[in-house]
Amino acid sequence: MTTSTSPGPKGTVPEPPPVNVTPPFGEGGRGAKDGLRAVADAVRARYGEDAILTDRQQLRTYECDGLAAYRVVPGLVVFARDTEQVAAAIRACHEHGVPFVARGSGTGLSGGALPHAEGVLLVTAQMREVLAVRAEDERAVVQPGVINLAVTGAAAPHGYYFAPDPSSQQVCSIGGNVAENSGGAHCLKYGFTTNHVLAVEFVTPQGEVERLGTMAPDAPGYDLLGTVVGSEGTLGVVTEATVRLVRKPEAVRTLLAGFETTDAAGAATSAIIGAGVLPAAIEIMDGLAMEAAEAAVHVQYPAGAGAVLIVEVDGPAAEVEAEFAQAVRLCEESGAIAIQVAADDTERALIWKGRKSAFAAVGRISPDYIVQDGVIPRTALSEVLREMKRLADEAGVRVANVFHAGDGNLHPLVLFDGGRQGETERAEEVSAQILALCLAHGGSITGEHGVGSDKAKHMPKMFTAEDLDTMQLVRCAFDPGGLANPGKIFPTPRLCGERPGRGTGPHPLQQAGVAEVF
Amino acid sequence: MATTTLLDDLAACVDGAAHEAGPDDAVGGVPAAVVASPATTEQAAALMAAADRAGLQVAFRGRGTALAWGAPPTGLDLLVDTTRLAAVVDHAAGDLICVVQAGARLDDVNAQVSQHGQQLALDQPVPGASIGGTLATARSGPRRVRYGAPRDLVLGVTVVRADGVVAKAGSKVVKNVAGYDLAKLVTGSFGTLALITEAIFRLHPLPAASRWVGVSCADPGEAARRAHAVTASQLAPAAVEVERRPGSAAVDVRVLLEGTQQGVDQRTTAVLELLGAGAAEQRPVGGSEAGEGAGVPVGLPAGPDELLVKLAVPLSGVAGLLSAVADAEQRHGVSLHVRGSAGVGVLYAGAPGDTAPEAVAAVLADLRAATVEGSAVLLQAPPAVRAVVDAWGPVPGLALMHRVKDQFDPQHRLAPGRFVGGI
Repeated sequence: MTTSTSPGPKGTVPEPPPVNVTPPFGEGGRGAKDGLRAVADAVRARYGEDAILTDRQQLRTYECDGLAAYRVVPGLVVFARDTEQVAAAIRACHEHGVPFVARGSGTGLSGGALPHAEGVLLVTAQMREVLAVRAEDERAVVQPGVINLAVTGAAAPHGYYFAPDPSSQQVCSIGGNVAENSGGAHCLKYGFTTNHVLAVEFVTPQGEVERLGTMAPDAPGYDLLGTVVGSEGTLGVVTEATVRLVRKPEAVRTLLAGFETTDAAGAATSAIIGAGVLPAAIEIMDGLAMEAAEAAVHVQYPAGAGAVLIVEVDGPAAEVEAEFAQAVRLCEESGAIAIQVAADDTERALIWKGRKSAFAAVGRISPDYIVQDGVIPRTALSEVLREMKRLADEAGVRVANVFHAGDGNLHPLVLFDGGRQGETERAEEVSAQILALCLAHGGSITGEHGVGSDKAKHMPKMFTAEDLDTMQLVRCAFDPGGLANPGKIFPTPRLCGERPGRGTGPHPLQQAGVAEVF
Repeated sequence: MATTTLLDDLAACVDGAAHEAGPDDAVGGVPAAVVASPATTEQAAALMAAADRAGLQVAFRGRGTALAWGAPPTGLDLLVDTTRLAAVVDHAAGDLICVVQAGARLDDVNAQVSQHGQQLALDQPVPGASIGGTLATARSGPRRVRYGAPRDLVLGVTVVRADGVVAKAGSKVVKNVAGYDLAKLVTGSFGTLALITEAIFRLHPLPAASRWVGVSCADPGEAARRAHAVTASQLAPAAVEVERRPGSAAVDVRVLLEGTQQGVDQRTTAVLELLGAGAAEQRPVGGSEAGEGAGVPVGLPAGPDELLVKLAVPLSGVAGLLSAVADAEQRHGVSLHVRGSAGVGVLYAGAPGDTAPEAVAAVLADLRAATVEGSAVLLQAPPAVRAVVDAWGPVPGLALMHRVKDQFDPQHRLAPGRFVGGI
């Protein structure tokens, strides 16, 4: 859930999610403040006063990420400028039992970078160098603070680009993309961040610098990289990423088709996919979302349309012409009332501007709104949308829909007025019911925004206790002390030493007298 | 007799489908004591729990096409055979997704989903492979250029842990970021973390048309240059393969195009131009599949009794690697047959099974020197060779891998010793 703060936070701010209660820091009754002070001293001694923030007013600047409904003032902010500074800060955290949360640009929508009140917020935004562009190898090597679009910027002169394209790509960082396994409108064809990362340099929660993966594919051993990407900062901090660059397609064609209903737009989507066409993107916006986008960017959607479908096809020119003609024909056959074809890049950009601005634009038609992120099997689309409308009507709120129709990733926007008695609660209830609806259809509670702080409570609805326990075996392997971004993803932390016969001896932290049982 | 009691216990878990191991029930030459074949995930869970209680060393077998890959286990009591887990559980054609059991043959899955014009776009370097074995060994083939590797196509897994606990990760939708991606963790883990009983895959539409074109080049540099010209073009090839036969300076380049009939026709002309003098369409010989069936060899360059090395390099390293192979062949007197994807930088080298261990070690050292930004892994070799070489080479992140293994299999009973670092 993302509750907007624009045009002004009216409703009640939800309680912060429960944060794992970390045992008292260290032995002998030393408190959290001592631990934080020790970390601050260690970082300051090596890197100077500029490397940290301790003033409460300044710390407040970092109290939330893109999900502003949750706010926690961090205990300490550390700005890292290179890998060694990240490692030094984490070593200090490890030594003193202080939790840490990594943060890139802070654009995440699930509270994945929500600070810990008694912990360190480790900001990697200043590590923003593109270290190498090797077009001949289809690779770029970048620091975690590099902005998503800057990777494409560096690759473009060679005719390549970085495929994952979250709507926030002008401001979001690669470190955050890696942590959250970010997607975007074009992942239907090109996959997610996890399909585009070949190697990382990575600092473990003990402060060791490790490399996972290689410049070439298929490094020997377990695919730890595939587990670290998307682990939302709970396994360590990525300090460098080797990413795949994709050759710019020879041709791109984009259409915007108006339909009377979302059902008709959904049917067109099914027809296109059923015909064996794999478009680069297929997006649907319903009437409310169109109304909002129209107010913001004046796209001039077809009159009388209750939904619009955006289809983009790319690839070799010889294939694109045939596939695009097929997509146009299938839209017509599915009852499109108007089809606009982008004549050039400017017209294509306008179509996408309307789509990508939809979230923010909703602020123009509603004082408050919640951005939801859920996934359903695409074929369940009409049923789910009907059910969603029923839920909204019953609760007396409106739901605007913008979604990646090709892969069933819905972004319902629950519109409400927090100034009206009880409406915030009803909107939150509808938002939660929408997730339940996704799960009832065999889908997921998040397609691209992540679990973070916001959805940890929903994880047991999607996974069994055994599933979550098994995932946390990985957590125990990487971070037995539970210091890396605690309280995110998992509603209940696993006690890493709990199982009889598990583990190969006393935990090093126990041996060192740093902690008892986690 | 203790074994009889144990056999009864294990048989009771799997509806009687357990028996004392025969001569064919060995992994890497190490004989098992008992073979058991669960027909459901629940039976597999009961079986694994029983094996846990008895402290048995366990390995998994699908269709047996990759049992020679990896080191032999250091011990083996129970061989879990997945061939009764052979069903396509669900094919959601409208969603381009299928759910299959681990013992199902890739061929059989594709026979079923192709009825709806779809495919599970994984190549099988060895025909007859199971889904579970393909995942466990992370095998990929030529069409990885277009469709990705097993890690890119698997959306979720059901696994049974060493202690018999059943766990799932992922879901039946293409897009999902909830929780850790355990499907990627077990993909390529050689059966050392858990038993895969079921997997969810993303499917692709079958192309309307496909065609191989190729050219034979006089030397590795020329071949790599022409192959890269196609890879770096905007023609979106589905495969870019190279092949170097033992004792030959020549290297063949082959390109697969997939798409609409008209599109493939037009792109064929463009690719022939890029490949240069001597390039021609490869004449289909018959059969149904894009690879072997089209008369173009795409399997492994080594039989089950030969040596097999997997080589991974950045794309610009293909030329150097092919030259290093030619040099190593001459210097050490070992016939080397190389085939693989210049389009993704994953190739395989085969050598005769009776190559002297010292010669293998020397060749491997040369290949490692040519793959410093990637890897050279000796997948298949007799024990005498394994005894004197480091089969895996440098493994980035090995310490963390040991920690993961310790969590999933604290007593190191699953395929012990088969994987990197003695895992």
